[in-house]
Amino acid sequence: MKYLCLIYHAQSMLDAISPAEFSTMQEGLRAFLEELQEKGQLVDVNRLKPVRTATTVRVREGKLSTTDGPFAETKEQLLGYLLIEASDLNEAIRIIARFPPIRFGSVEIRPIEDSLYV
Amino acid sequence: MRRENFLSGVVDDLYRAESRRVFATLVRLLGDFDLAEEAMHDAFAAALEQWSRDGVPANPRAWLISTGRFKAIDRIRRRARFDATLVELAELLDARASETAESQDDAHLEDDRLRLIFTCCHPALAPDAQVALTLREVCGLTTEDIARAFLATAPTIAQRIVRAKAKIRDARIPYQVPSRDELPERLDAVLAVVYLVFNEGYSTSSGETLTREAIRLGRLLTELLPEPEALGLLALMLLQESRRAARTSAGGEPVSLDEQDRSLWNREWIAEGLALVERALQSPRLGAYSVQAAIAAVHAEALTAAATDWAQIVGLYDVLLRIRPTPVIELNRAAAIAMRDGPATGLALIDAILARGELADYAPAHAARAELQRRIREL
Repeated sequence: MKYLCLIYHAQSMLDAISPAEFSTMQEGLRAFLEELQEKGQLVDVNRLKPVRTATTVRVREGKLSTTDGPFAETKEQLLGYLLIEASDLNEAIRIIARFPPIRFGSVEIRPIEDSLYV
Repeated sequence: MRRENFLSGVVDDLYRAESRRVFATLVRLLGDFDLAEEAMHDAFAAALEQWSRDGVPANPRAWLISTGRFKAIDRIRRRARFDATLVELAELLDARASETAESQDDAHLEDDRLRLIFTCCHPALAPDAQVALTLREVCGLTTEDIARAFLATAPTIAQRIVRAKAKIRDARIPYQVPSRDELPERLDAVLAVVYLVFNEGYSTSSGETLTREAIRLGRLLTELLPEPEALGLLALMLLQESRRAARTSAGGEPVSLDEQDRSLWNREWIAEGLALVERALQSPRLGAYSVQAAIAAVHAEALTAAATDWAQIVGLYDVLLRIRPTPVIELNRAAAIAMRDGPATGLALIDAILARGELADYAPAHAARAELQRRIREL
């Protein structure tokens, strides 16, 4: 069985961490991931760019709507994810606009950071 | 001394006419808004200095672009000494600088202005950010000008612009004109920004800056991309703005369309608007701006309020309602029918719309209803 583990943080919490605590956390993270990797239990891991880079895409009655921000409706629940390769945001939007379930829900597009560690 | 004065006049004129074009191209060549802005200013400063010595070059715009680009590469190199992450960028810009002489031909440069417009009006940016960014980057307004026009503080506007530029960079919004099949949706977004700027200027007395910029944007768009709806929007703005002098009384009170002194209407803009409407209406697929412009054109052609061709206006509202079925347009259609068929017919339609409840809190609906009741009493 594969499990998708979603990581949540409040920016205010992150800001409150001292630099020493933060580097301890980063070291721990590195060790943790290496261990999982060795056991063959790490499928993939990525860090997202900040939420202000998010774009939400919907298609209704054949019309594409693109909006700034993570605006899933409260009734919408996370159904799955796609990790895609695209040269820029326009190409990512073009791909997602053709994703059949987009007609019934919304997709939040978030760019991934180049590096896992800050 | 005289020569320097003359030169600074030349550079000032060039700055007004060309700085946003030069900027638009530098964004493409340098891949970054802030770097392009600095480079553009560096290039104009260098022009003042160098042209007084060597004379004005044959193609000042090309000179400014290539000077700006080399100044930017210098800047990046200097910064790279302290920030190793920039070394790669400096090398990349350097390599590109030698290979792209042909990318500075006229067609490319015109496209750069469209690229800039489509990037600033990208739907992945918040609407208020699209507006601020367009006024700042395409029109060249200062943050203070924009803040004054929108009754906001300069730091609020500045932050909006900084965030928008960060999103362009971090989410990698590309600097490009959308492809043919994406154009309708993306052009809608651009036109929405232009009309938002116009309406903001229309509704405030100090708004002439904004209506002027909106019309300037509309002209630029129709010049670069003469799509029917772009023509329609420019026509609509010109026809609405042609009534500016007649729209308010000497005491600052609003004057309704039927009571306006039509000799105060700007005939030049009306003529330009009418010609544009005609071009827009030749399109097989009519858009909402074009139809609204056509309605404004019928009013503009009537020498007196009594001479208004209400039958034609009702017909145009029928078309508009099919394109955009909203209760407000239905209300306007009812008001036009009241003018064509008498107040009782119009009143019945308005009552039916109000009975559905969507416009229960919409003051103009109740004002229109009261006006029709008054006219029925006067019959």
